[in-house]
Amino acid sequence: MATERPNQLFRNKSSKIAAIPMIVTALFVFVGGTIWTVVYSFTKSGLLPRLNWVGLDQYERLWATRKWLVAIENLVIYGICMLVLVFVIGFILAALIDQKIRFENTVRTIILYPYALSFVVTGLVWQWILNPEFGVESIVRAWGWESFSFDPLYNADIAIYGVLIAGLWQGSGLVMVLMLAGLRGIDQEVWKAARVDGIPTWKTYIFIVIPMMRPVFITTLVLVVTGIVKLYDLIVAQTGGGPGISTEVPAKYVYDMMFQANNLGQGFAASTMMLVTVALIVIPWAILEFGGSKNRG
Amino acid sequence: MNTMNNSVEIKNLDLQFGAVKVLQDLNLDIGKGEFLVLLGSSGCGKSTLLNCIAGLLDVTAGQIHINDTNVTWTEPSERGIGMVFQSYALYPQMTVEGNLSFGLKNAKLPKAEIAKRVKHASEILQIEPLLKRKPAALSGGQRQRVAIGRALVRDVDVFLFDEPLSNLDAKLRADLRVEIKRLHQRLENTMIYVTHDQIEAMTLADRIAIMRGGQIMQLGSPDDIYGRPVNKYVAGFIGSPSMNFFDGAIKGGAFTTGDLTIPLTGYDFASGGAVDGPATLGIRPEHVVTGELVDNAPVKVDVGVELIEPTGSDKLIDCQVAGRHFRVRMDGQADVAVGQKLRIGFDPGRASLFDAATEERL
Ligand SMILES: Nc1ncnc2c1ncn2[C@@H]1O[C@H](COP(=O)(O)OP(=O)(O)OP(=O)(O)O)[C@@H](O)[C@H]1O
Ligand SMILES: [Mg+2]
Repeated sequence: MATERPNQLFRNKSSKIAAIPMIVTALFVFVGGTIWTVVYSFTKSGLLPRLNWVGLDQYERLWATRKWLVAIENLVIYGICMLVLVFVIGFILAALIDQKIRFENTVRTIILYPYALSFVVTGLVWQWILNPEFGVESIVRAWGWESFSFDPLYNADIAIYGVLIAGLWQGSGLVMVLMLAGLRGIDQEVWKAARVDGIPTWKTYIFIVIPMMRPVFITTLVLVVTGIVKLYDLIVAQTGGGPGISTEVPAKYVYDMMFQANNLGQGFAASTMMLVTVALIVIPWAILEFGGSKNRG
Repeated sequence: MNTMNNSVEIKNLDLQFGAVKVLQDLNLDIGKGEFLVLLGSSGCGKSTLLNCIAGLLDVTAGQIHINDTNVTWTEPSERGIGMVFQSYALYPQMTVEGNLSFGLKNAKLPKAEIAKRVKHASEILQIEPLLKRKPAALSGGQRQRVAIGRALVRDVDVFLFDEPLSNLDAKLRADLRVEIKRLHQRLENTMIYVTHDQIEAMTLADRIAIMRGGQIMQLGSPDDIYGRPVNKYVAGFIGSPSMNFFDGAIKGGAFTTGDLTIPLTGYDFASGGAVDGPATLGIRPEHVVTGELVDNAPVKVDVGVELIEPTGSDKLIDCQVAGRHFRVRMDGQADVAVGQKLRIGFDPGRASLFDAATEERL
């Protein structure tokens, strides 16, 4: 009989050994890659990475480039609208389906279906739908409303909203199923108790059910936000960044710099900025969420 | 019964889920201040009936009256009821105080009135020190007290309980049971209480309704239900350990099963007198006597002890009577051993006789 507590390091030995390749990959690829990118963002690397330091030059140039500023502005507009609308739409759809409607499975599949499509397909589909010559505009005009005009993708001022529509169409389904799972996890007796207390349905959702769904909301938030920051393929397929540079986004800026303008240093600086922005959002949140958890009940 | 004295009246209630008939033509009158327990095995429709009374389910047919008002189609919050659930169903993101006051705030009651009611309820239930806590920081017993408090602050005449103690451990259940009984004595309002625990039912109820398959089998005081079960199902359901049954026949004022003949003098026939024919006789294990008491018992049998189950307060003896398995309850201190011969006796006056075909009480 062992009398001492077994060394924690050697417990579950086989599973730890099995995890080593993954840990190593994670360390090298994620952490290593990140550090490497940050380091080279201080160099004048062109087609190939070179360690010829230029200090903060790349960053100065970045923030002086109009394309980057437009990209950031677009990301903010797209991000805020997407975040708000996808949650509102997804939650409302989930709440409707949760009323034990008939054909629930069918409806759920239809709404989730766009999520199964790649962004490229979504982008192309919506490019057609929003095209004045084949899409909504031509259909409505064919019905007789000759002056109707709806061509967001051809108007530089609102083109990003055209992308937003496609993004919402694709993303709402996922938010809906996650929310639906969250709603189904709510004890039915809580609903009954609220009805006996005379609380209207909308108030029950806002003050009782949604607060209970906090974990689902956080998971969904993470998924949606990463989707927003990564926004790239939808733009490429739907607008190619145009008209002009009106629908440029940061991820596309990075790609263009690295692989088309042969300016690795500039691309690295832009991706470092993206990383810093995400970190500025995630770190305070993580501290609030996990640091404060000891004080909570 | 005078209509004016009824707090809740259920008239010809039907409830169907699609094609499944859960409640059928159910009638039940509950007096003012009465403690009624709905007792039955799982799936018999107890919760369904309670939810119908609460207005949480739409009835298929029939009417429900509360305080002489037809509330069949009234919203739950306007029926003058408070309800306590098995899973407590507290609002987890609100403090205890928030849980108690949320419904009242929503009903736009004046602040002072809300504060008064919350204070009153928390005093009665001794949850004052917990008012600022969230439900997650409470024990099961405390949570259920808060849930009762939430019904209490509504200041209503009828309380509905759906297995409120089923999620608690045995000790706590016994404690809270006593508290609910005290609460009832203090408030004197009508309580309808669903349980499948017969001890709870027996200890709490003024009247018990035994349900089976969406119908009420027997409605009566705990004594009635225990002493004069209307059919074999109720007889077997109530009492633990359950009743011993003998299949046999009544002939010439005596019951015969195998080699045993039991004279039925002293048995109070429901229908007036003995009618010859096949029947089932039931004797509760706790009504069987041993030792010197056997001398006075009208029926005496010698048995061999096959198995002993000590429960601390009692010993349950397994044996054979007239070729059938038979259980006897003896005192916990009784001196018996397996294989020993034992003389037992019982009084047919305390037994129950059922018709073999209909299983109704004779
Ligand atoms: N929504 C529903 N749809 C169809 N059938 C249902 C529904 N709810 C309950 N039932 C059926 O109605 C019957 C009665 O259910 P109920 O919940 O009233 O039982 P219960 O007596 O409360 O049982 P338990 O002691 O297990 O709580 C059960 O057979 C159940 O399967
Ligand atoms: Mg139930």
